[in-house]
Amino acid sequence: MTLTGHTSTRKMLYWGSHYLMIAAFVIFALFPLYWLLKVSVTPNDILYTEGVRMWPSRTTWDNYTFVLTQSNFPHYFMNSVIVAGTTAAVTTVIAALTGYAFSRFAFRGKVIIVALMLITQMFPLVMLIAPIFKILAPLGLTDSLTGLIIVYTAFNVPFATFLMQSFFDGIPKDLEEAAMIDGNTRFEAFRAIILPLTLPGVAATLGFVFTAAWSELLFALMLVSSESASTFPVGLLSFVSKFSVDFGQMMAAGVLALIPACLFFLLIQRYLVQGLTAGAVKG
Amino acid sequence: MASIEIANARKSYGAVDVLHGIDLDISDGEFIVLVGPSGCGKSTLLRMIAGLEDITSGDISIAGNVVNDLQPKDRDIAMVFQSYALYPHMSVAENMSYALTLRKTAKEKIADAITNVADILGLSALLERRPKALSGGQRQRVAMGRAIVRKPQAFLFDEPLSNLDARLREQMRTEIRKLHRRLGATSVYVTHDQIEAMTMADRIVAMHDGIIQQVGSPVEIYDHPANIFVASFIGSPAMNFLEGTYETKDDNGADGAGIRLSDGSLVAVLPARGATNNQAVTLGARPEHITIAPDANSGLAARIDLIEPMGLSTLVHATLAGKPIKIFTMDRPDYAVDSTIHVSFDMEKVHVFDTKSELRLPPVIEPHPGHRD
Repeated sequence: MTLTGHTSTRKMLYWGSHYLMIAAFVIFALFPLYWLLKVSVTPNDILYTEGVRMWPSRTTWDNYTFVLTQSNFPHYFMNSVIVAGTTAAVTTVIAALTGYAFSRFAFRGKVIIVALMLITQMFPLVMLIAPIFKILAPLGLTDSLTGLIIVYTAFNVPFATFLMQSFFDGIPKDLEEAAMIDGNTRFEAFRAIILPLTLPGVAATLGFVFTAAWSELLFALMLVSSESASTFPVGLLSFVSKFSVDFGQMMAAGVLALIPACLFFLLIQRYLVQGLTAGAVKG
Repeated sequence: MASIEIANARKSYGAVDVLHGIDLDISDGEFIVLVGPSGCGKSTLLRMIAGLEDITSGDISIAGNVVNDLQPKDRDIAMVFQSYALYPHMSVAENMSYALTLRKTAKEKIADAITNVADILGLSALLERRPKALSGGQRQRVAMGRAIVRKPQAFLFDEPLSNLDARLREQMRTEIRKLHRRLGATSVYVTHDQIEAMTMADRIVAMHDGIIQQVGSPVEIYDHPANIFVASFIGSPAMNFLEGTYETKDDNGADGAGIRLSDGSLVAVLPARGATNNQAVTLGARPEHITIAPDANSGLAARIDLIEPMGLSTLVHATLAGKPIKIFTMDRPDYAVDSTIHVSFDMEKVHVFDTKSELRLPPVIEPHPGHRD
């Protein structure tokens, strides 16, 4: 074997195993989603009778029709859209302003505030449910979407702030100084120069907070008791009854719940990829 | 265009004093270069003029108005940053017109101004491009253009050429000078590069440790440095310094002046003002003021360390009285390393510094009547 032949075989082996590992990981990550889809289109009568098959012999949309027309799911779904959307928007605005301040200004107590924000991230949320319930109840914020939005925002702001701060840190100070010399106030410079450049960061933050709020179950379950204020993760549980689990409908609801998250990421993915690789390529 | 007056301006960050009382008057249309090593406070001073840093105490006036409490946008100055600080999401034309747009200048006027400036800077073909698609030199030009378009009271430059390669830097140096002549704009230019300072400035302000060490024209500063810092910072290759003691009699007991070096040899100098016998002094000699003697009968013995041919000239590194010195010559000397040469100092050109205060002790009778000291 020639030297070049030898190296090219090694190269092929290297890349072959490289792609094999990636493929294995992707399959591992996506298989549950596939299974979700498969079960959701499997008719109830053959769900248990066909054994384990990669695709059912018959498919049906009945589960979807039922979930959309006969169940409360559309209502839960809307609640989730409102809660997750508002949380993402409010959190990102707060995080952008706070992150900018952390990135650009030196002020008294900065270290303490950063430390406090880190501390809030240290405790398991389960520990905090009782006190939070105690605080929200007299304010009439339990069993309400507003209450959920406030709690989610509070818990997401610290991380989102640090995330935004890192994006602002990546933008040279010179830019807003140039804008301030050109005739902007600091806030105008922030809005006209810095914010457009931080769009990837804003998208990443929005995406992160939206998914976190979208799939949150613990608080949604504990703070909300009525059907009218339930979000979809709680709603999914309603397919589990004392005597049976309606897998088909549950999976159909699950697939539907994926749609907004997918849409959302589809919208922001252009910025997200930029954001995650920011700094990798010199502008 | 306007004059800038800085009166007793100080800057401290908490307990740390960065600038200790700066006084400087910059006349209308003057090109001033602030030069000094990093951390000397030159950039801070520039940013204080721009309004990007608060003034701890003292006053800064532009065109006769104290601007201490004015925001940068209200000072009517333009600044060119080291990083260029071009807005990445705007085209070249948008970058240059940003300030005018903010001032709500009429569209046609903006277009005229942009065309005009793009013409001067050779940017006409690039107006629609984003900064990302430009080379370093082109970005630098856009940054200049953005400043020029505004017709500000003064231009501030913060090490604008540091990110360019040597050839481009040399070219931009000349261009900035030509632009200055054409626009007659008051300019404050910060650099750590003494060559930029020498070649561009009407007046150089040499700074060190937050204090102005000397203000003067490039030639004044080069020929008559106020102290050891200025002498060592300005000039490349740098000035040679040899420590010794001041003597008022020569080896034969005749009246004169000389510096006794550590190896016992005596270098004749012009009598220095205020120098006393046996005072610890430092001899300062630029490499071009030391000559290699043709034979061993005259001058001081030195050992060759290295010969550095520079094309036009040659730089000879040698050891004299235990200290490394550099000698500049237009000849092409052919010495072996470690061989001995004999050197002599140009008595009228060398400087005497008080070793303790580091101040220059000027000659009692100035040999160059053409220059003020």
